[in-house]
Amino acid sequence: MALYENVFIVRQDLSAQQVEDLTAQYSEIITEAGGRVAKTEYWGLRTLAYKIKKNRKGHYVMLNIDSSSDALQEVERNMRLSEDILRYMSIRVDEFEDGPSAVMRNKGSRDRGDRGDRGDRGDGGRPATSSEAKPVAAAEAKPAEKPAEKPAEKSAEKSESEGASE
Amino acid sequence: MNTHRTATPRPFMRRRKSCPFSGKDAPKIDYKDVKLLARFTSERGKIVPSRITAVSAKKQRELSRAIKRARFLALMPYLMQ
Repeated sequence: MALYENVFIVRQDLSAQQVEDLTAQYSEIITEAGGRVAKTEYWGLRTLAYKIKKNRKGHYVMLNIDSSSDALQEVERNMRLSEDILRYMSIRVDEFEDGPSAVMRNKGSRDRGDRGDRGDRGDGGRPATSSEAKPVAAAEAKPAEKPAEKPAEKSAEKSESEGASE
Repeated sequence: MNTHRTATPRPFMRRRKSCPFSGKDAPKIDYKDVKLLARFTSERGKIVPSRITAVSAKKQRELSRAIKRARFLALMPYLMQ
């Protein structure tokens, strides 16, 4: 018996109830083979970081499984066969983490968007900023439009790319 | 080549930062913790080299494994346009 973490992604056009049925179906395979599903966690309908089989969203489910490798392989075989499963991944772990996983913990605080914690990037950006600051200070008279234009362009690009990824 | 950074005082010497994953309440590297992993990827989605983030070699291997797992599960992008 070994401990596994299994995460699988279900097609978005299935209902939450159907996802639950699938989860129960896979859990049954484990329990029938003498294993145990220690925890099931439904992460909800999440936006995928990239399209998988033309899907933009998917239901994420995580199972903490304590079973033989044969039972897990049987589950994986079924997942491969099912067309509703976009992707699955099983990982062997030394111990299950107790409490909700990081995904669930971050869920509530996602809207705040605190991305300010990028301080450990080290000294990579230092010389660039100092050299950028110089021409602005030196040539304040004429090309004042130039530095004003550039940041505007940059921010426009940024918001665009952010909109696309959402 | 064996230049001790800490030994020779230079005008622009910077203190060597310690690894963010070692120490007492260091975060655990986990492929599910996207928020944590995102701090060690560039805006383009690339993994930031450890010489910039000061992550130890052992933890960097662990970190890159976690990021690649998160990418596979579409929790993180392989690349951002």
